[in-house]
Amino acid sequence: MKEKLEAIRKKAEAELAAFTDPNQLENFRIAVLGKKGELTSILKMMGSLSAEERPVMGQMANEVRVFIEEKIQEKAQELKELEMKREINSVPLFDITVPADLSRGSYHPITLVQRQCETIFKSMGFTVEDYSEVVTDYECFESLNIPKDHPARDMQDTYYLENGQLLKSQTSAAQNAIYKKYKDALINDGVPIKAIFPGRCFRNEATDACHENTFFQMEGVMVDKNISISNLIYFMKTMLSEVFQKDIKVRLRPGFFPFVEPGFELDISCLICGGEGCPSCKHSGWLELCPCGMIHPEVLKAGGIDPEEYTGFAFGLGLTRLAMMKYGVKDIRDLNSGSLKSLSQFTDDE
Amino acid sequence: MFLSMNWISDFVDLTGLDKVDLIHRFSLSTAEVENEIFFKGSDLSGIVVAEIKSVENHPKSEKLHLLKVDIGESDLVDVVCGAPNVRVGMKTAFAKVGAKIGDIEISPRPLAGYMSNGMCCSEKEIGISDDNSGIMDITDDVKNGTDLKEIYRIDDIIFEVDNKSLTNRPDLWGHYGIAREFAALAGRELKPLDAVDLSQYDNLPKVDMKIEDPLCQRYSCLQVENIHTTVSPVNMRIRLYYCGMRAINFLADLTNYLMLEMGQPMHAFDSRKVEKIRIKRFPKPFTFTTLDGVDRNIDENTLMICNGDTPVAIAGIMGGLDSEIVEDTTTLTLESATFDAASVRKSTVRLSHRTDASMRYEKCLDPEMTVPAIGRFVKLMQDTDKDARVVSALTDEYARRYDTVTLDFDKAFIDKYTGIDIDCDTIENTLNSLGFTVGKSGDKFSVTVPSWRATKDVTIKADIVEEITRIYGYDNFDVHTACAPLYPVRADVEKTVEDRIKDILVKRFSLHELHSYVWQYYDEYKALGIEIEDNIKLINATNPNIETIRRSIVPTQLCQVRTNTSYAPDFGVFEIGRTVNGTNGDKLCDEHKKLCITLFSKTKSLEKLYFELCTMLCVCADDIKHQKLDFKPLEASHSYEHPRNLNSISCNGMDLGEIGIVHPSVSKKIDKKAAIVFAEIDVQAFAKIEDAGIHYNEPSRFPEIEVDLSFVSETFAPIGKAIADTNCPLIQKVEVVDTYRDGDMKSITTRLTFSHPEKTLTREEVMAVADEIIASLAKENIPLKQ
Repeated sequence: MKEKLEAIRKKAEAELAAFTDPNQLENFRIAVLGKKGELTSILKMMGSLSAEERPVMGQMANEVRVFIEEKIQEKAQELKELEMKREINSVPLFDITVPADLSRGSYHPITLVQRQCETIFKSMGFTVEDYSEVVTDYECFESLNIPKDHPARDMQDTYYLENGQLLKSQTSAAQNAIYKKYKDALINDGVPIKAIFPGRCFRNEATDACHENTFFQMEGVMVDKNISISNLIYFMKTMLSEVFQKDIKVRLRPGFFPFVEPGFELDISCLICGGEGCPSCKHSGWLELCPCGMIHPEVLKAGGIDPEEYTGFAFGLGLTRLAMMKYGVKDIRDLNSGSLKSLSQFTDDE
Repeated sequence: MFLSMNWISDFVDLTGLDKVDLIHRFSLSTAEVENEIFFKGSDLSGIVVAEIKSVENHPKSEKLHLLKVDIGESDLVDVVCGAPNVRVGMKTAFAKVGAKIGDIEISPRPLAGYMSNGMCCSEKEIGISDDNSGIMDITDDVKNGTDLKEIYRIDDIIFEVDNKSLTNRPDLWGHYGIAREFAALAGRELKPLDAVDLSQYDNLPKVDMKIEDPLCQRYSCLQVENIHTTVSPVNMRIRLYYCGMRAINFLADLTNYLMLEMGQPMHAFDSRKVEKIRIKRFPKPFTFTTLDGVDRNIDENTLMICNGDTPVAIAGIMGGLDSEIVEDTTTLTLESATFDAASVRKSTVRLSHRTDASMRYEKCLDPEMTVPAIGRFVKLMQDTDKDARVVSALTDEYARRYDTVTLDFDKAFIDKYTGIDIDCDTIENTLNSLGFTVGKSGDKFSVTVPSWRATKDVTIKADIVEEITRIYGYDNFDVHTACAPLYPVRADVEKTVEDRIKDILVKRFSLHELHSYVWQYYDEYKALGIEIEDNIKLINATNPNIETIRRSIVPTQLCQVRTNTSYAPDFGVFEIGRTVNGTNGDKLCDEHKKLCITLFSKTKSLEKLYFELCTMLCVCADDIKHQKLDFKPLEASHSYEHPRNLNSISCNGMDLGEIGIVHPSVSKKIDKKAAIVFAEIDVQAFAKIEDAGIHYNEPSRFPEIEVDLSFVSETFAPIGKAIADTNCPLIQKVEVVDTYRDGDMKSITTRLTFSHPEKTLTREEVMAVADEIIASLAKENIPLKQ
């Protein structure tokens, strides 16, 4: 009997070592330790042993059983780990160095630049206004102190429509409506007018890499008691420093525009050289950026605001030019081309 | 316009000041100066007066001569010269050995076998004119060997002012006005113009002259004779040349010189051709030949100078060929006038002929300038030609005076505008230096605007602010923010909606935003077979291809899609842009802001693409307005619309637009196989829709029951309606889970999800609702699928 037990132990050890499948293990356990198993059947023969042999054999049989059970457990653990390893190894190694597919939607670059400007002005308490593209002569010229004989009214610069209306040649065309919209709050409740109005403008001219008949501007106005030239310089400098995300130097030069007095051309320190002089600023250190000025008293009057009591400033920023500067677009026609090869690159730029 | 620092210095002493720095300040305070400043004569040295003592022909060359010249030294100098105009006794400009002309240093060198110890120079070679026909012929009585720079003002600083920055400043179109600005900037005095007192000729007969048209504001004239000088003095020619004008002859040069000095255009007529000066317009158009030999069409709006009824000049623009000064002219009539600025500008545009004179007249010249200009002319004329005589009295008709402008203000007004403190003395001194007459009492001012600023430039108090601040210098401003009460800023709904639509389409649906033009591009539409739709037109489009404004963005976008078919097999584009629907009751354009989307796919079915587009719109409506969209079949009415599957879109009863497939005839021209669908909705209308908001439903803690019902129906609409008609609050969700077609029969399987907030529903309760739906559909001949 002793030999039999020893044989079972040896055989079990050998068989277990060869197992690769958890199912084999279970079958083995039943075959050896089950009710009809090999070891169990030996134990059943215990009754035929002598009283002296019985406890010895009993102990030995028990030791064999414990041994086999432990071995089964060990093997089960081993197989489990093996299985996990197999599963892990079943996942191939991915080539992370393959470039990612970045295809996604895109905003028009004007939208991006416009949003950046809007965010800055909103943070300073300006409202963002929208205005039509077809306007009247009154809106575009008369209300802006542009007299009948002014060259800006010449047929060749402005697109006129059959009904006497025109495609707005400047965002200033919205000024009058904005004064009228907010003047009551200004006069009755002392709410300053602070508004920007981005929009599409039109000039009747031939197009080339630098000229477009359809482009975007953004006009801004601020009207209150005691708005001064000093305030104007402050706002322009602050706003432009935000737009270009660096400390910008600004300077004003006299400039003539019928709807402002005094009127200015605003230059900023060259973005490339910072004012040292380089080819992109024609070695002057400055870039002419936008016209601005104190709103002409006649323009305020046309908007229903008393120029003796209120003053204000206005400026016009070329959004198209800004977008071109910011993104290095060299041909202005790319912007209205609808070409996805160009435009799909402007994914987002908050 | 080019300006000469020497010329300016004739009128203001700038000794000891940095001229370049002054020019820079002028640019910041007055008008934009171009970047490049020219230092004339700076690369020129060692040029002296030389007298030609002998001329011998070169033995081997027909062109070359062997000269001996006297340059004031003990020995004559041998020089080889190729100029055709050499002659004994002639004085010329001579570059000595060691002289510098630009980068060249003159050294003795052999020329065709002979040593040449220097070089005789043409005016072009020393940079004082473009005359290169021969060496300079110096007729002035000057000592041999004198450095040319001692007798002629060759050294000068020339700078250019952008004409556009002078449009509002008639006073800055001549050096004298510019000098006034420099005087104010430098704090130096402006010298008066040296002119002849014309009253000495009052006893002479007057010129027969009459203004017969209100477009002539003032006409002054004078007759002179016996002018024999033909070539202008060298210094005058140098200035004209440096300022961009060619010397022609003494008389022509003198009128040009006056114009560049005072900004007053002048014209000289042959007195024989203009005995009776009349200024008027003609009732009928005719052809007139100007002195440049060009025939020009004159219409009834063009002001003319006439001899009686014969036109002799286009007022303010150009003289006529017939009345020009010619060789045998003895007496000439000098015109110095002021014409209506707008009229001159319009005539210029009509004739497409802009001249130095018209450019100035367009700016509203100072009418007070005509007579001093004649006085100055006579002075300069007599300085050069002692024999020239004035033979008429000054004849001057001042038909319309300028309006004198007096402006009253106080320091507080200036403070309010500037936001800084500029003291009263500075205000007074600045205005005085610019020629304003200042009355001051305490901090109150009463200022009279000088004539040269009063024609249109300075008319209101704000203009005075500009005068003070620009001279004060904007760089000197103390800059500070505005103090204003704070109020909440409400975002414009339409603007917000527009932004959100863009975000959804770009971020969620990967569409690309495009921009386009508001007109219908005839060529591009034709290429796709899209009809041009009648609409309001541009009356002055330079390109007739774009004259009609678009009614819809869809065709524009299809043209853009066409150019992108190679970009990717699948893509979608959108734009929020404007369209015009003719005019409304007030004859004003009926403008709309629209969202247009086009999807293009070579890989997806038309149906799949169509429903993708549908989903985009529904997501926008649900996300922004928490509303559902309604679609109704629509009859195609545009050439680009496919007759099938065109649906109108509405929301909460508001018409928004349409969704459809592109007509195959158009679609195939874009791409033979691709599926193309479009939608267009009115953004303004969409923005007006009420936002239904989010209505939170507490999820039921009790189990849901799902019921699938399959009906035989072509569309889901009646099924959806029957479900909605039950008004059953237990229905939580309605989904179409399957559609099945077998021959003519189509069945739609709809899954209803029921739940009750407070209890577990029984099958019976749920089936009762299902039966109600089945019964109501049965009445419409929509049976359950067997």
